[in-house]
Amino acid sequence: MSITIYEAGKIITMNPSRPTATHVAVRDGRILGAGSLTELTGWGAHTLDRRFADKILMPGLVEGHSHVAEGVQWRFVYCGFHDRTDPDGRVWSGARSVDAVVQRLDEANQKLGTTSGPLTGWALDPIYFDNRRVTRHDLDRVSTERPIGIMHASGHIMNVNTKALEMAGMLRPGVNHPGVPLGDDGLPLGEMKGPDAMTPLGPHVGLDRGLLSADEPGLRAFARLCVRKGVTTAADLANLLPKPAVEMMERVGREPTFPVRVVSLRVLRGASPRETIEHALALKQHSNELMRFGIVKIVVDGSIQGFSARLRWPGYYNGAPPGLWYVTPEHLREALELALQAGVQVHTHTNGDEATELVLDTLEAALKKHPSNDHRFTLQHCQLANAAQFRRMKNLGMCVNLFPNHHFYWGDEHYRLTVGPERAERMNACATALATGVPLAIHSDAPVTPLGPLFTAWCAVNRQTASGRILGEHERIGVADALRTITLGAAYTLKLDGEVGSIEVGKRADFAVLEDDPTTIGGTHLKDVRIWGTVQGGRVFEAATI
Amino acid sequence: MRDVAPRPVTVIGGYLGAGKTTLVNHLLRHNGGRRIAVAVNEFGALPIDSDLIEGADGNVLTLAGGCICCSFGSDLVAGLIDLAARADTIDHILIEASGVALPGAIAQSLSLVAGLTLDAIVVMVDAETIRARATDFYMGDTITRQLTDADLVVINKTDLISTEARAALQHWLPAHAPSARVIAANHAVVAPDIVLGIDSAFVHATTKVDHFTRAFATESFEFEHIVDADRLAAGLADPAIGLVRAKGFARDPLLGWVTIQVVGQRHHVTAAPTLADPSGCIVCIAHGRRLDRTAIGTLIAACRPS
Repeated sequence: MSITIYEAGKIITMNPSRPTATHVAVRDGRILGAGSLTELTGWGAHTLDRRFADKILMPGLVEGHSHVAEGVQWRFVYCGFHDRTDPDGRVWSGARSVDAVVQRLDEANQKLGTTSGPLTGWALDPIYFDNRRVTRHDLDRVSTERPIGIMHASGHIMNVNTKALEMAGMLRPGVNHPGVPLGDDGLPLGEMKGPDAMTPLGPHVGLDRGLLSADEPGLRAFARLCVRKGVTTAADLANLLPKPAVEMMERVGREPTFPVRVVSLRVLRGASPRETIEHALALKQHSNELMRFGIVKIVVDGSIQGFSARLRWPGYYNGAPPGLWYVTPEHLREALELALQAGVQVHTHTNGDEATELVLDTLEAALKKHPSNDHRFTLQHCQLANAAQFRRMKNLGMCVNLFPNHHFYWGDEHYRLTVGPERAERMNACATALATGVPLAIHSDAPVTPLGPLFTAWCAVNRQTASGRILGEHERIGVADALRTITLGAAYTLKLDGEVGSIEVGKRADFAVLEDDPTTIGGTHLKDVRIWGTVQGGRVFEAATI
Repeated sequence: MRDVAPRPVTVIGGYLGAGKTTLVNHLLRHNGGRRIAVAVNEFGALPIDSDLIEGADGNVLTLAGGCICCSFGSDLVAGLIDLAARADTIDHILIEASGVALPGAIAQSLSLVAGLTLDAIVVMVDAETIRARATDFYMGDTITRQLTDADLVVINKTDLISTEARAALQHWLPAHAPSARVIAANHAVVAPDIVLGIDSAFVHATTKVDHFTRAFATESFEFEHIVDADRLAAGLADPAIGLVRAKGFARDPLLGWVTIQVVGQRHHVTAAPTLADPSGCIVCIAHGRRLDRTAIGTLIAACRPS
């Protein structure tokens, strides 16, 4: 029962009654108190640890919506446009042209030598190449012998070479599918759009769907990435949680050196609402300190950039049809009612405002039948909600987890093509959420965009697109609000705000250890705050050695 | 590669409660010797009547009569790839779409899997609720897109509405399902040959009337001359002729022996093995009224290449 008192350059507590401190005392992985050394010595004999004497401590960051599959992606060749850090701390420079992508794959192919098996890339984003289509002919420059596949950043499109098409039986005339563009020869060009078109190719290019869920090495890589980004709690938003995966997670979570708390949500898929709620309830019993289960995720619609999000009138700016439903209102109602009865929390994926409206209507009716004072059902993404919808969320006791990273990565496309200028400037309305009093979190949806709550906070504070446009000045939020959102805010949506999210007596000793002070560095530099590592449950994890 | 004829696929769409599952079970019970593989979205609410189930093997249920049922979860194409790999044990595939799926999109996905071919998109509608559903704030456009995709619309539960309401519905539907022939049913009892296609064995047999096809007029036409098969198929699919289904064999001057298949306005011509019987033959089925023998005879004669 030893006590360690950490001295820090500054401790940002998120506890309004003592917002900053110089010392924090830790015992049994929990916080005895934050204050001055004199105050804390009253707890008894202690060790003074001065390793953070020149560092900034803040509550461990909470990523409210990511996927452990981020840890799997790094087995593949990074083909993204922007620089990105892998779990080992290596910064992969962005590939700024199709030629650069081909060159990078070529190098990886050389390394593979004569070994068999596919060559797999990820995070390609041709938006940055003026939407020039990557074809099988581009990838054939790397190899005509080895199957090659690259997943796009969006996760909705894949590019493959000729060999991969051959192996999948797709190098044939007669393919007639909107997701498979054909060349002048009537054969597929190797761009496969949407899950249906990608499915036949996936197993041949190392991108089998099943493989992309959390396996053990993927979970470990994800956890290392969390340390690098100052994250001590992360939500894994859509997992089927079969028994072997749960057993693996329970086991890994009990290891003394596993560095992050993972909240894994059971997605409603492949089973009825009743079975899913019952599964979530049963899983709750398997939760331990670092692995948490018991929340249900429901996907209501698709994505905005894929034109499959359900939009209300007037729909898409380019006139595309109004998107797709992925659940019937009847199943949604059944699931929400059963969840309210059972006390199971539900997070709903709604990108479009019509999908959001359906959840608001359905929950409003369900709450009349099964009143609940603290359900905290959370709208995930919820990118296009307007002020009236935020007011309904508030009245219904809902939380929202918005997606400001979209502004940086696809904001220019949203302005120009998907939803048009006015709604693009209103998207992910963080300021409206706060002004309305809706409990707010913000997220990366990693691997869709890079994990990194401080970067997400920068996106919410600046709303700057990749081309430099400020997309909706009015919806920018202040640094203090952004920092609270990536700690206590996200913790609240996971019902963990009593355990984590601030540095105060009784809570878990979860800290982000920073080299720079995010409260003084300035909003435009928030993404540049250097991260030393984390303290998780009183255990110290240095990014440089993780 | 195995030399197997592409397996016909019927996509069954329609909203919750329209009777898709009832139709699937009806077809399994009256499969006419076809080994049917049913692909369902999920096993959540078991879609197969328990007395038809003989066993389970992983995510495949084995059913009476050599039929099977598989769940594809959210990954339809992966399910179809699995089914195509076992094509030699299957004669026909039925896809029971989810209530919010667009059957036309499912049909397009079939071209991604070698060895499968679309036979028809059948959309079930609930006679009592379809018009309200079609104007529902959330689901209206999904319902109307389902109808737009249909080759065949089955109005189910017609016993629950008045004669006047039925007439009004018959009037309303063609505007919303412009490519489809519309037939009526109770408890999803529809002739399997209407939904799944006419069994080849019956094309040359004498005109067949079973207890399901009583509401339909069925006639066969024989002809000894060669025909322009594409033209004949298109002619038989013309709404003016009004056929629900047609199937036959004919000799085309360029293609040789072919199979002609028509469902509603969808028609296709595929190569067929040479037949011993030198004459062509087409079986035609129309709904609820007499077949126009003269018009069809004239059409066949007109398709003789000059």
